[in-house]
Amino acid sequence: MTVEIGTTDTFPKLLLHHARTRGDHPAIREKEYGIWQAWTWAEVREEVEWLAAGLARAGLARGAHIAVVGANRPRLYWTLIAAQALGAIPVPFYEDAVAQEMAYVFQNAEIAFAVVEDQEQADKLLEMLPECPKLAHIWYDDPRGLRNYTNPELAAYEALRDSGRAAARAEPGFFEARAARGRGEDVAIMMYTSGTTGHPKGVVLSHDNLIASSRAYAELERLRDDEEVLAYLPMAWIGQNLFSYAQWMAVGFRINCIEAAETVLTDMREIGPTYYFAPPRVLEALLTQVTIRMEDAAAPKRFLFRYFMELARRVGGDLLDGRPVGPGDRLLYALGNLLVYAPLRNALGMSRVRVAYTAGEAIGPDLFVFYRSLGINLKQLYGSTETSVMVCVQHDGAVKPDTVGPPMRGVEVRVTDAGEILLRGPGLFREYYKNEAATREAKDAEGWFHTGDAGYFDATGHLKIIDRAKDVGHLADGTLFAPKYLENKLKFFPHVKEAVAFGDGRPHATAMVNIDMQAVGDWAERRSIPYSGYADLAAKPQVLELVRGCVERVNADLARDPKLAGSQIHRFVVLHKELDADDGELTRTRKVRRRFIAEKYASIVQALDAGAQRCSVEAQVRFEDGRTGSVRAELAIAAAKTFEPAAAKAAA
Amino acid sequence: MNLRELEPGEVRGRVGDVILALEGVSLSFGGVKALTDVSFDVREHEIRAIIGPNGAGKSSLLNVINGVYRPQQGRVTFRGEVRAAMEPHHAAAMGIARTFQSLALFKGMTVLDNILAGRNLMMRSNVFLQALRVGPALREEIAHRRRVEEIIDFLEIQHVRKTVVGRLPYGLQKRVDLGRALAAEPRVLLLDEPMAGMNIEEKQDMSRFVLDVNDEFGTTVVLIEHDMGVVMDLSDRVVVLDYGRKIADGTPDEVRSSQAVIDAYLGVKH
Repeated sequence: MTVEIGTTDTFPKLLLHHARTRGDHPAIREKEYGIWQAWTWAEVREEVEWLAAGLARAGLARGAHIAVVGANRPRLYWTLIAAQALGAIPVPFYEDAVAQEMAYVFQNAEIAFAVVEDQEQADKLLEMLPECPKLAHIWYDDPRGLRNYTNPELAAYEALRDSGRAAARAEPGFFEARAARGRGEDVAIMMYTSGTTGHPKGVVLSHDNLIASSRAYAELERLRDDEEVLAYLPMAWIGQNLFSYAQWMAVGFRINCIEAAETVLTDMREIGPTYYFAPPRVLEALLTQVTIRMEDAAAPKRFLFRYFMELARRVGGDLLDGRPVGPGDRLLYALGNLLVYAPLRNALGMSRVRVAYTAGEAIGPDLFVFYRSLGINLKQLYGSTETSVMVCVQHDGAVKPDTVGPPMRGVEVRVTDAGEILLRGPGLFREYYKNEAATREAKDAEGWFHTGDAGYFDATGHLKIIDRAKDVGHLADGTLFAPKYLENKLKFFPHVKEAVAFGDGRPHATAMVNIDMQAVGDWAERRSIPYSGYADLAAKPQVLELVRGCVERVNADLARDPKLAGSQIHRFVVLHKELDADDGELTRTRKVRRRFIAEKYASIVQALDAGAQRCSVEAQVRFEDGRTGSVRAELAIAAAKTFEPAAAKAAA
Repeated sequence: MNLRELEPGEVRGRVGDVILALEGVSLSFGGVKALTDVSFDVREHEIRAIIGPNGAGKSSLLNVINGVYRPQQGRVTFRGEVRAAMEPHHAAAMGIARTFQSLALFKGMTVLDNILAGRNLMMRSNVFLQALRVGPALREEIAHRRRVEEIIDFLEIQHVRKTVVGRLPYGLQKRVDLGRALAAEPRVLLLDEPMAGMNIEEKQDMSRFVLDVNDEFGTTVVLIEHDMGVVMDLSDRVVVLDYGRKIADGTPDEVRSSQAVIDAYLGVKH
């Protein structure tokens, strides 16, 4: 049923509310031992109560920070609420963060308590103990492999819960009393921004921030308490926290924790989420898989797929938005739905999706249109950790591939003369933790938050984001150069995994390209091109030609846009290694760190600018076990055809 | 990081009494002597490695332990019982399971079904009830499935649970083979070259699983392995065979410094 938008002001109070009003509804599921195990709201309340009592007994005080490290596990969610009930502040971490990155945050937030998923995470925390003397308690969810550890800091989650259960029995009403003490303006959570430069900054968000944002979405989409949501993204990401925690609590729907990272597609098909949130890279990976499988399909299937996808591209979006479409096309689309779209939606696990959102970074227009043309109501929104993801969102029936929609209710947005987007609203964070200078820089005296994004409002009042304000530049001749825009266009090709464009202050735009191992590997196998590994595959002349084709199609596309025609890619190189967060080349959310890459691979950038034939490069790599080594390679620089703006039509 | 961070004292505390002992075992096929007067023991909860150059008799020794071969001389004592003639299914029923150098899996069946097949000896209800999936057979199947799911979770192969084994890469098939052996809840697990043909990452994964099996379930492990790094990191004690004879027996460090072992591996000047 559609839920009323209530006025309860903190997450623990919301939990109590749900336990009272829908106590026997499943609140959270986790797939374990091949079965979806469920906990009702009443059961969650009980677990959280015990946990909160246990944490209080262990000494977790109001205002203290507690680390939550691991993948989506019910117990880690319970830790969030339990800590909030005590007025403590949970700090979630990316599960793949390395110890030295985490140590800074532990010191910065003076963290003494941590609840971790398993041995892998416990090992990291134990490793940084000498640097973080305050860290005194580490509780683990999964005991596997930890049997022989004798560290006094370590204890099992069960021990904490059992101690809490005894305490809670001895003092009934403890949980309600503590929850009642909370206020909406209290700090609910602290999330560290991945930080493309310098140390991460702790973004302090209150219950009011997150609940205001959640309710705005609930109202806009008329969310119901029987929505199914898949919890599969990193808990330390604001998008995951807002859509799978804050909205879960605000609305009272169900979240479903996946079994393992590798099973997400199967799990998604089993759950059939009705409300879905995915960053563009996930949607991209899904499309790449579909494309690969279609290329392996028999000829008649390939023909059907191509024919109906072409039709979908033409009329699918219009049908979804309720714009007029001719009866012939309608009939054909219905047939396509039967033969292609519905089975494809099912294969993607999206048969029941009522509303899907994408955010986190700009999505390639072609990728976006692909999902919409299948009849999936995918929409874009714009927000960040600092804004509780509450800035702009597209409304049903008014969706455009290249905008993020109008501002949400209660949010004021304006664009400075320099093109930077500023905003004010109820989701706006309180401060950066212990960093007044950064807070003042981001939030001016009148309360406007400087997003650092460049954009403008189009004629219909939709906000259009071009790039990070600091990344938008100009070629030497003054032509506008928006690197992200080029990179996204390249990345839409299934064979391209990552791209980095350079051009600010340079004579021409150039690009580094990372091939997608799976897609290009399959492509090479079908053509009987032997290769021994990533570097070898990337160096094949045939692969260079394949990528050249992609680059030239991007150029042809760019030539059609008078504003961007000058920034066509003149030269490119196929990198010998995958860009990796462990090497500092990507952020933990997998955004390219362009400046860092430009410095690290200065020799390649120089060769690209100079128009050399080849260049050699030596780069440090960090292996998964933490060792480092260096990789040397000789790379070929390739030139790509560019198009005159007028000649573009003929070429395309 | 070292795979085994336990202090020696802890290891001794963990390892129990002798569970399996071979005394003066000799095995020959016609005129070919596979094993000559081999004696050694395996203690409960330990990881015992058998190493040696090709043709040293390692697999034959494993086959003696699990009853495939009958030694002409010597005796095998398992859990205090001296064994004379023994068939592999007796060994299995007594709590000895093994994996194979060349995998022994049903290629056309799913991972789940393969591991479930490993519980065959524990199924009590008759085939007709099983076919109808009624009453006790259904309850039993649920219990077995639960155990199999725990193994799948343990070996981190949830994503291929319903994939046909023949379509899996080799490293994963090895893991499924281990899962099938574990499904029998063995006291002693015999691993015949569990890491053969694997890359470094797969070897690391497999090493961790072997250690975890030993840690979590207290399973005694006897393994044959060629990768010296793996053997030295994993094992509590090592037996070295050469031409069917035992030439060394002791902790990894003792074995590493034994002159006989160095000679066998590197050759001797004549």
